[in-house]
Amino acid sequence: MDKLNSYKLGPDQNGRFGIFGGRFVAETLMPLILDLEKAYQQAKKDDSFQSELAYLNKYYTGRPSPLYFAERLTDYLKTAKIYFKRDELNHTGSHKINNCLGQILLAKRMGKTRIIAETGAGQHGVAVATVSARFGIPCVIYMGAKDIERQKPNVFRMKLLGAEVVPVRSGNSTLKDAMNEALRDWVANVNDTFYIIGTVAGPHPYPEMVRDFQSIIGKETKEQILDQEGRLPDQLIACIGGGSNAMGLFYPFLDDKSVKITGIEAGGMGLQGEKHCASLTAGRPGVLHGNRTYLLQDDDGQIIEGHSISAGLDYPGIGPEHAWLKESGRVEYFAITDSEAVEAFKICTKTEGIIPALEPSHAIAHLINIAPNLSKNDLVVMNLCGRGDKDIFTIAEHLNMEI
Amino acid sequence: MTVRIDNCFETLKLTNKKALITFLTAGDPNYDLSLELIKSLPEAGADIIEIGMPFSDPMADGPAIQASSLRAINSGHKMEKTFEMIESFRKDNSRTPIILMGYFNPIYNYGVDSFIKKIIDIEVDGVIVVDLPPEEDNELCNALECADLSFIRLVTPTTNTDRLNKILQKTSGFLYYVSIAGITGSKRPEINEVETAVQEIKTKTNIPVGVGFGIRTKEDIKRVGDFADGVIVGSVLVDIIKNNEHESSVKDKIMKKVREFASAV
Repeated sequence: MDKLNSYKLGPDQNGRFGIFGGRFVAETLMPLILDLEKAYQQAKKDDSFQSELAYLNKYYTGRPSPLYFAERLTDYLKTAKIYFKRDELNHTGSHKINNCLGQILLAKRMGKTRIIAETGAGQHGVAVATVSARFGIPCVIYMGAKDIERQKPNVFRMKLLGAEVVPVRSGNSTLKDAMNEALRDWVANVNDTFYIIGTVAGPHPYPEMVRDFQSIIGKETKEQILDQEGRLPDQLIACIGGGSNAMGLFYPFLDDKSVKITGIEAGGMGLQGEKHCASLTAGRPGVLHGNRTYLLQDDDGQIIEGHSISAGLDYPGIGPEHAWLKESGRVEYFAITDSEAVEAFKICTKTEGIIPALEPSHAIAHLINIAPNLSKNDLVVMNLCGRGDKDIFTIAEHLNMEI
Repeated sequence: MTVRIDNCFETLKLTNKKALITFLTAGDPNYDLSLELIKSLPEAGADIIEIGMPFSDPMADGPAIQASSLRAINSGHKMEKTFEMIESFRKDNSRTPIILMGYFNPIYNYGVDSFIKKIIDIEVDGVIVVDLPPEEDNELCNALECADLSFIRLVTPTTNTDRLNKILQKTSGFLYYVSIAGITGSKRPEINEVETAVQEIKTKTNIPVGVGFGIRTKEDIKRVGDFADGVIVGSVLVDIIKNNEHESSVKDKIMKKVREFASAV
């Protein structure tokens, strides 16, 4: 793999990143996926599409998000200079909006009149409901019945925004089942419906398309760090559920060999048992939801339900490009436990006055763990991809506190 | 073997009959009853037996077949046990074609080469893998073709002419026409539209066409049998397992249904 001239060439024409990715879908969906691919390739090259997206990113979402020098956390850790990419400041409170704006513009362009999506924690669901309201297109959000219980404020937000939230009770009633149900809806409503997938997974062209829409995170980061520090960072760190915020930050830096890149998975209660969501560090390759990637599965190829304190990381798969980046050795992946993430959440909140979502708290925890090995001259960028308001109930429960 | 499926359709043709293709999930609700059901199907009138390989995430299936997969998995069913069932079935029946149907992950996990070796060994005749469209032929289809096993393709209401030609390039045994844009066991198909689609397919190929998804009544079976070569029923049979807590009545009720359907084709 050392011979690769570029890590940014994927996917190939079959939607593959090495052996990963692909189009493992039922025949009913195949013509739609081919249409989508064609429409996306055209839109990508179309200046009017790109400028409308750029306009919305700036005036609707509030981009560019700041690259913020986390001075007090840096002092606290007595280590490398730490920067936060502040995507939690986006409209709707996370990076999810970057992708939703891109996809809804594409839906409009393709003449689709109905939006569907899956959501786990509800951040993607809220972003989809938001852009659907903004463009006046009705939307249906599939959400596991268990997640609806765990994430009531987000469910209410989606409803206020006009979305129909459908509880999914099949399987284990969580994110993967919501994705199955959204795919079933799509199969049954092929003519008018656009499926906004929330992460860099699913059949080709979704992993590529979502990565491209999220890459604005990395592009901005590159300009900002050059402007503020006059050089590239030494290390990038981001959390990974399906992997969209991480892919967005990493992609523009993949060919900058001096930049070490690290992805952080949800280690839940530890990698020994089944109570985690670390598909890359503790899973193996398989096929689910339209792509080959690393999955949590039993010895018979049945998918295992993951666990994480963070509902946004609670997915038994991972984007196929991450699977490839792991095998090619370009990106390293580690797992952080629930407790480590909560500890990092507390430290970030108290030192920086920023309440991070539990998802990026995993990335902060890794930063804390590696701090002793970093040099004071190092520059590290961590993607603060979501704000933690949604998580205060979970944190209270974890700490046995009453709100 | 492809030849067993071919013979089945040819024999039926001689008497102007159509194939009744029945689907049940292996291991649903448990190994013993599932095996007994499968062994009883030919006598009740099933011409081809389709056996579902349980999968935790059957994304093209409706609630009935999803639940049947879960019942099987929860009863401790494994891929190896599906193979054991078929081995046991073949001891008394060498005539009825057996089609394995499922999703790719359990096969990929088992190992494609080992899977093919195994199903040749136990005399499976064909395979339907829902999430392997022609774009993914290198995964399994090409190897099955070399092994003289049928890779049965799905054609759907969204399949346009270009795709139909692509699909027909590599299909054997029979073609599975999915009668609705949707999941198994959901809405009832518009039989007239299905007829038009099947006739269109028949202008392009001599391979028999079976029709399935959403077919639940004797009347629909009769109607579909008028223009297709086979009719596939699944959810309506699987529902009987779900609705009957007492195992003793399940077999009788399913076989009664199969006999009723068989009289209509």
